[in-house]
Amino acid sequence: MTNHWKDIKNADVILVMGANPAENHPCGFKWALEARDENGAQLVTIDPRYTRTSAVADKHLQIRPGSDIAILGGLLRHILANDLHHADYVREHTNASFIVSSDFGFADGLFSGFDEAASRYDKTSWRYEMGPDGFVRRDMTLEHPRCAFQLLKKHYERYTPAMVAQIAGCSEAKFLEMADIICSTGRADRVGTIMYAVGWTMHTTGSQIIRTGAILQLLLGNIGRPGGGINALRGHANVQGATDHAIVAGILPGYLGAPTPEQTTLRAHLDASTPKPLVEGTVNYWSNYPKFLVSLLKAWFGDHATAANEFGYQYLGKQDGDATWLSIWDEAHQGRLEGFITLGFNPLLAGPDVPRLLQSMSKLKWMAVIDPFLLDSAEFWRAPGMDPAEVDTEVMYMPTTHWIERDGSFTNSGRWTQWKEKAIDPPDGVRSDTWILSELFWRVKELYQAEGGAYNEPIQNLTWNYLNPREPTLPELAKEINGYDRATGRLLDSFAQLTADGATSSGNWIYTGSYTEAGNMMARRGTDDPTGLGMHHDWTWAWPLNRRVLYNRASADAEGRPWDPTRAGIAWNGREWIGDVPDYGRTTPPGGAGAFIMTEEGVARLFSSELADGPFSEHYEPVESPTTNPLHESVAINPVINWYDGVRETLATEGDDFPYACTVYRVVEHEHFVTANVPLLVEAMPDFFVEIPEGLAAEKGIENGGRARVWSKRGEVEGVAIVTKRIKPLLVNGRTVWTVGIPVHWGFVGATRASMANLLTPYVGDANTRCPEFKAFLVNVERAEPRST
Amino acid sequence: MPDTLAIKRISATPSAMIPLSSLRSSGPVYSKLVDISKCIGCKGCEVACKEWNDLKVEQTANFGSYQSHKDLSSNTWLLMRFNEVAVGDDDVDWLIKKDACLHCEDPGCLFACPAPGAIVQYQNGIVDFNQDQCIGCQYCVSGCPFDIPRFDKETKTVAKCNMCIDRVEAGLEPACVKTCPTNAIQWGLKEDMLALAEKKVETMQRRGFEHAALYNPGGVGGTHMMYVVPHGDRLEDYSLPAHPVASPMPLSGLNVLQRVGSYLLGFGVLGALGHLLAFGQESAEDSEGPGA
Repeated sequence: MTNHWKDIKNADVILVMGANPAENHPCGFKWALEARDENGAQLVTIDPRYTRTSAVADKHLQIRPGSDIAILGGLLRHILANDLHHADYVREHTNASFIVSSDFGFADGLFSGFDEAASRYDKTSWRYEMGPDGFVRRDMTLEHPRCAFQLLKKHYERYTPAMVAQIAGCSEAKFLEMADIICSTGRADRVGTIMYAVGWTMHTTGSQIIRTGAILQLLLGNIGRPGGGINALRGHANVQGATDHAIVAGILPGYLGAPTPEQTTLRAHLDASTPKPLVEGTVNYWSNYPKFLVSLLKAWFGDHATAANEFGYQYLGKQDGDATWLSIWDEAHQGRLEGFITLGFNPLLAGPDVPRLLQSMSKLKWMAVIDPFLLDSAEFWRAPGMDPAEVDTEVMYMPTTHWIERDGSFTNSGRWTQWKEKAIDPPDGVRSDTWILSELFWRVKELYQAEGGAYNEPIQNLTWNYLNPREPTLPELAKEINGYDRATGRLLDSFAQLTADGATSSGNWIYTGSYTEAGNMMARRGTDDPTGLGMHHDWTWAWPLNRRVLYNRASADAEGRPWDPTRAGIAWNGREWIGDVPDYGRTTPPGGAGAFIMTEEGVARLFSSELADGPFSEHYEPVESPTTNPLHESVAINPVINWYDGVRETLATEGDDFPYACTVYRVVEHEHFVTANVPLLVEAMPDFFVEIPEGLAAEKGIENGGRARVWSKRGEVEGVAIVTKRIKPLLVNGRTVWTVGIPVHWGFVGATRASMANLLTPYVGDANTRCPEFKAFLVNVERAEPRST
Repeated sequence: MPDTLAIKRISATPSAMIPLSSLRSSGPVYSKLVDISKCIGCKGCEVACKEWNDLKVEQTANFGSYQSHKDLSSNTWLLMRFNEVAVGDDDVDWLIKKDACLHCEDPGCLFACPAPGAIVQYQNGIVDFNQDQCIGCQYCVSGCPFDIPRFDKETKTVAKCNMCIDRVEAGLEPACVKTCPTNAIQWGLKEDMLALAEKKVETMQRRGFEHAALYNPGGVGGTHMMYVVPHGDRLEDYSLPAHPVASPMPLSGLNVLQRVGSYLLGFGVLGALGHLLAFGQESAEDSEGPGA
């Protein structure tokens, strides 16, 4: 989240899209309802289904799964065609005025620089035009035909209400009713927020869907403001913390870059990772990158990290390929992965195309499953359809503590890192994750000491200074993450104190300040709120630097006056910024630098060369789609997707009979796959089901409460039919399209057992993150006979 | 500290007809207020109810709904009911209602009960079943205008929500209130809840629900679980009776001898409880009409 949970109460408009917070974030969702009732806010949902969130919303728009960019692009056009944008904000705080290279272009579904053979873009033409002073050329009138604002306008001109309706399957009138609400906040005295979740992320265009949402919020002047922002609702309690600490391929803790093979020296890595300013006077905060990376190396290798050995840079592995979920399991599929350690999740149920995943797992020599529960993954060899005699994989299961059985921190969606205390003791003999991982480390280290081996040095030199080196405590780890001055041992207050000369150590620079000499900031429970906006700066601690709203400099105008004094993020009082912890120098006067200090532009990007699939977003169909792409039939799907061997053959083609759009989701009664072990929750939502629209059910002879079979080209599921009025037929490209929905919580282990939703989903991911396209694919449906039991 | 458990009525005793005046009659009178417009149907209350009251987990099966059980039972005192209603050709409402005992001011169950002491109404508004005294006749089931009490075939007694009377006695809110993540269920003095309800109705009307209304039906003397209903003109869609009625005509289903016997038993029970009998006037209670 750019903002935080409680901040949602400050909004005038709340767009929930690609999310279902009533279902998946019920506690945080109360703030949306508070805005609705206390603030007169309009709460709207856009979703393939009318959900439990829609049930309490003011308005709902049903769309076809995978048509998100068409809808959002249509909103951008609605703003630009009707001059609904927040003009002062856009000019002041975005790159609207930046002139783009004349080499840049877009035609027939492709941006300039497309390399068809490699299925990728050469981004050379996606750049700004530079002036003689070495900085970007700008046109503050926003009239230059190649300024980002005009290019944006031109790009989304095609997303007319008629085109949106044709793609998404909604009516033009309903789309426009929704557009009028959402686009009403492009003014200083109004502000709107977006709540999104994996309903946006899990598409082959997922990153671009989110980017389109960000552009929408920038045009409306909603980023950086209380009650605004673009807010990712994270999944499990600590998904945000896991991401921050690099449980994502391609990054090191604190979103530093993982070294690549061509970065053969520390200097080369730092040069490639440290951006140069594009606008004179901009802060360009990532210029501090070397301080963060060297401090991280000091945290890992301590006295063994010196200037002479590049601070241990060579101890780091260099990523020679993609290490995302799909790629890891593709390696396994090809027989090139020997073992797999599962810690804290249930991979068999969490990934797409379970039939393929079962083949991949069967090719492992060993798998270690570390979890409080004996998971489906630990018993994959006896999954339905598997012959245990055919599986040679050795599976080791180690029970570990549940989070309720240990203290530690959760970082919530709003970046609030909240210390929690152990509630109950673990069962006898159950070990903590820290014990298991330490023991693994020590045993590997001791084996190396006894027998030697390749790449021994980093293992022997890894810092492991804990009171009990066999089981570090969580406060010890938290202090190590925070960082300290190596000469005095003093815990640091801010990442501004980090240095690139090895004098400081920090396990994750964005967490510096979370555990200081004043104590564990994450354990604070002060409820004061002098801002009156729910910022609560004494309640736990938020990264970075206890800042509650990111980019909050943009909540004020060029002179530092809040756009809306009743909802001020920060304000310049002539000497310093007051309000939230400023995302800007506390005493730097307005106009001293751009508001977006993390970009080399100093402003936010309407046009950006960061993503793999275009500087603007474009609607591409899901890889399995019931229709063509009316914008450009020849480039129907995202042209720069990575294709794994054999996957194209697992997708429905025109000749196949898979006419229905399908999407998967969760229900409030269950938390992923864990609660299949909780009797009261199984009672509350006992069975796997299939949601089928009334008209389709009638066509197929499927009765409410009867059973239905759903199959894709990859697998099939069967469950209770919930025949519903909440999913309507859609008119897409002149043809009726039905949508079917399926929840994900079931497996073949636990107190409730049924079909795995991911038997159906395709093995293909986003062009940037490779996050699988769980949310839009094709199926067929038929009536199934009642179970004989 | 006021006596939160002063008794008002006891089934099958004269107090059922003419309520007892407590020696300390000015204790607090409570009510729950369920704001249906804020309810997301998460079933947190349903699960919390079962946990706090130690009710048995029942084997459920999906019957084509998000609703967990088809009906209330002696082990499920609170059930979230889900109802899809078409609106015009193109739209739908998903009406979700917390179904449980409304704790009537004039409790039809208590009036109908022939077993002395099996149903007790407290001055604070709670109507509680005492299974030790229950004879399993199920007259309370037919006496209830809301179809709430459920008979347990194993124990041969009837059970329903007791408003977490043990928590209330200790100064806590009921478990459902405590657990509700959106504050859709609130708890407090009935007068405060009525004032809050008025505000909520105004909010809903401002949001375009012109028939938004408070449900606190006068036919049962008002209730101690009230609803704020977005569609006050469509009570049947929430399975809320428009004109529920209960009157203190106790034991109407029994013959004269049974009735006399019950009363004699009732006097005995009262005597055993050592309460001072007094035939005072009913304390002034709210009695808004439906949707008032």
